[in-house]
Amino acid sequence: MTTLNRKLLRDVLHLRGQLIAAALVVMCGVASFVTMRSAYDSLLTTQQTYYNEYRFADVFATLKRAPEGLVEEIRRIEGIASARTRVVVGVTLDVPGLDEPATGLILSMPERRQPVLNDIFIREGRYFEPGRNNELLISEAFATANNLDVGARIGAVINGAWEEFTVVGIALSPEYVYEIGSAAMLPDNRRFGILWANRETLAPAFDMQGAFNDIGLTLAHGADEAEVIAQLDEFLKPYGGIGAIGRKDQTSHVFLTSELDQLRTTGTVIPVIFLGVAAFLLHLVLSRLVRTQRDQIAVLKAFGYSDTSVGLHYLGMAMTAVIVGGLLGILLGMWAGSAITEVYTQFYRFPLIRYVAGAGSLSVALLISGGSALIGALSAVRAAVKLPPAEAMRPEAPARFKPGLLERLGFQRFLSTSSRMILRSLERNPFKALLSTFGIALSVAILIIGRYSADAIDVLINFQFEGAQREDATLVFTNPRPSQTRYDLLTLPGVLYAEPFRIVPASLLFAHREKRVGVSGVEPGGELRRIMDMEGAIHEVPISGLMITRQLGEALGAGPGDTLQMEVLEGSRPVKQVVIHRYIDEFLGLNAYMDVKELWKLLGEGGSISGAYLKVDRKMEDVFNQTLKKTPAVSGAMFRRAALDSFNETVAQSQNISRVVMIFFACVIAVGVLYNSARISLSERGRELASLRVLGFRKGEVAFYLLGEQAVLTLMALPLGYGLGWLMLLGLVKGFESDLFRFPLVLSAKTIAFASLVIIAAAIFSALLVRRRIFHLDLIKVLKTRE
Amino acid sequence: MSTEKLHNEKLSVFTARNVSKVYQMGEVEVHALRNVDLDLFEGELSVILGASGSGKSTLLNILGGLDTPTNGTVRYRDRLLHDAELTRFRREHVGFVFQFYNLIPSLTACENVQLVTDVSINPMNATEALKMVGLQERVDHFPAQLSGGEQQRVAIARAIAKRPDVLLCDEPTGALDFKTGVLVLKVLERVNRELGTTTAVITHNSSIADMADRVIRMRSGQIMEISYNGVKALPEELEW
Repeated sequence: MTTLNRKLLRDVLHLRGQLIAAALVVMCGVASFVTMRSAYDSLLTTQQTYYNEYRFADVFATLKRAPEGLVEEIRRIEGIASARTRVVVGVTLDVPGLDEPATGLILSMPERRQPVLNDIFIREGRYFEPGRNNELLISEAFATANNLDVGARIGAVINGAWEEFTVVGIALSPEYVYEIGSAAMLPDNRRFGILWANRETLAPAFDMQGAFNDIGLTLAHGADEAEVIAQLDEFLKPYGGIGAIGRKDQTSHVFLTSELDQLRTTGTVIPVIFLGVAAFLLHLVLSRLVRTQRDQIAVLKAFGYSDTSVGLHYLGMAMTAVIVGGLLGILLGMWAGSAITEVYTQFYRFPLIRYVAGAGSLSVALLISGGSALIGALSAVRAAVKLPPAEAMRPEAPARFKPGLLERLGFQRFLSTSSRMILRSLERNPFKALLSTFGIALSVAILIIGRYSADAIDVLINFQFEGAQREDATLVFTNPRPSQTRYDLLTLPGVLYAEPFRIVPASLLFAHREKRVGVSGVEPGGELRRIMDMEGAIHEVPISGLMITRQLGEALGAGPGDTLQMEVLEGSRPVKQVVIHRYIDEFLGLNAYMDVKELWKLLGEGGSISGAYLKVDRKMEDVFNQTLKKTPAVSGAMFRRAALDSFNETVAQSQNISRVVMIFFACVIAVGVLYNSARISLSERGRELASLRVLGFRKGEVAFYLLGEQAVLTLMALPLGYGLGWLMLLGLVKGFESDLFRFPLVLSAKTIAFASLVIIAAAIFSALLVRRRIFHLDLIKVLKTRE
Repeated sequence: MSTEKLHNEKLSVFTARNVSKVYQMGEVEVHALRNVDLDLFEGELSVILGASGSGKSTLLNILGGLDTPTNGTVRYRDRLLHDAELTRFRREHVGFVFQFYNLIPSLTACENVQLVTDVSINPMNATEALKMVGLQERVDHFPAQLSGGEQQRVAIARAIAKRPDVLLCDEPTGALDFKTGVLVLKVLERVNRELGTTTAVITHNSSIADMADRVIRMRSGQIMEISYNGVKALPEELEW
């Protein structure tokens, strides 16, 4: 080891407090990057492998009923590589241990196991035994949520008759990585499940022998998806096809993809902030070091050390922090990455998670942290290099002080001497003060981001479950029923009030753009379900024309006043022109609303309903549930309270984990910045402080002088941090925006108070660390060293 | 007269011609040197004498390649000193001793010397250098564990360890008491005598001038007088 390196080592040991603080920030930056990046890589790899190995289809279509023979004609469409037909039915389930009825979607599988499109992976149990009736495979999410094992028995209403099934296996499918009911806002794995049944036994029960109502396709290499879909739609139109969709519109795939996008967004934004702060800290530590080691730099140069070796020497200091922090960060990130990937499997079901922390990601992590150190160290190292040796020998010219702004304005009467010293020292080096303030403000911002999810969820929950959605249960009929059915619903035990709705699948066209949505026919003056915009204002449906979400309008490129072509994808499939009456800003998705009477007129039907929102007497809930479990016409039932509970159990919990991590990271940054800047002030002013002590100032007064400056910086940083946090939220909300949902831009008083308190606590903590040093200041030694 | 001639026949190591230096100190412009001409001769021990602010340190820094003149030229032997070559020049030819020792506090005595031998072409052994200044017992001590005189001797050991052609000393006894100062001067005299290193000592202490071959007096950035000592005094004979 060269002597210069030995000096490096000892200096590093000497500055360990500050370098550790910087290293910890680097660690957080690298860890957050590796965590999110590796989770992203892992999920992406897992997704791709899963899709490939289990033959996830490219195009999906559902229809009423078509003869099996049609598939031969479909296969002849150019660009189709393979096709598989299925029978898919929605049923009401009676699950042991569950009071309410659950909704199930039964998908047919071939009687004998064979590789098919949208295949299943069997986690436990076995495949069907040929010839045996009433065997079911159930999805893992559903099984786990309901504690169902192989051998469990589930009741279901099959074509009007109550039947009992035996669970023979627990399975997963690439089609349902994310398992959510079609009309649900949140996954509720207890009350919605995917099930698979032997086609030979399922088809007869639903009068689907020799027929299918669902088809999946894979495309040949280079095929034009839009063209295939158009031709397929032509084929399926006479059979009640409601329009095929590509993989990019498949529900589970959309959720998974948007999750991956979010992960990539946060995986970029957060690490950038951390590494920025790390660069800033290293800058602080090194500039101070170069200042205090002026004479040492001079000696090195006087004895012929080149600028390069002096520069590298100080760069080495920064690199030490970065390498230590970087390696720790990689380890921590890999650990947290696999843990987070694990958490994801609660919501996204895969047969096997392949955790990959790719060498690529890891080297990028090291590179960017090294880069941040370089940026941080650059100006300090340049200063060291540029310092002419003879000048370095001379002590620095005394800093120029002048009366501060407040004093110039004539406020000095109100300021004590120490307050004046604090202000002058801040005003003397406003750039440094600004940087420190900025660093602290960044940690305030990170805390705000960390708590944002809680705020957003509060707003969404409050919005959705208190404002818009006020029913106790939602029933969806298997087929549209005449509007008089609403009165039948009132005869169900416990039902106090029913509000019917009509939803039709439709394709909206404007110029060349097309979007498929469910158009909701709404009764004006609805009590249970209200159309609320993001501001919380209630909107009535227009008397004529459509009200669509801004997202839908933008996707179509159409605004209020424009006329859309609306093609209804069921029944007689009428094609009509409708005018967009106005936009509405909603959190969720691509929605279109119109007056239900308008819709009936458009459909050319006397009045039918797809389901109803119900108000149920709490005391009668049990009877209501029991009745519902055996009601054949109902294909699905959703319960508001249950959805809310299950959401709180799962989503909110997983949010807690990331919140705690963010708060920890933000504290590291805050303490890192505050501790470092206080230590630097201490070392720069040791002599000054000792002089004050010699003049008879008490320890507390001297500490006030130094720490007062930190306090001022912290207090200035708070409002700046709120602003920064707001800006970052703005970016994050924009980045998260998708067709599925938008996040509310909220910054609650609770979050501001929380962020402020954490920062103040961090400031007090680092003040205590530094105060110990002030109290142990060696007066004689400090005064004896030369200026 | 004869001694002057004798000196003129010696080889000139440094030749400074018409050297001026102006620098900015805060808001003040300081004329540290005004048109100075000076030669330093091989093997000679010269003392540059002057009050504080007379420009002697600036002159020494320029000769040693720590600083560059605002005007004028400095030659080392036949070579003109260039900005670009100053580092190599210092590394290969010059040893410095400073008033405040300027040891690296995080390195031991021995390591402070090694810092220089690490980058020299033909250095002496670090312990050998420390032995020459009488510190063989204290090689592993950190600067904070050494007295002022000991620290200065480490600094001298550090300066001579690379066997420099010239040794430039800026107030080497300035921070030391009389007894320790003499000890340090003895070391310098010994190095000059035994190794033949051209040595320039700057000081404001006129007593030290008696041990020099040649005395250069400065005031206000100019050389006022150059004189020769027929007989050099030994350091232990000095009094102040």
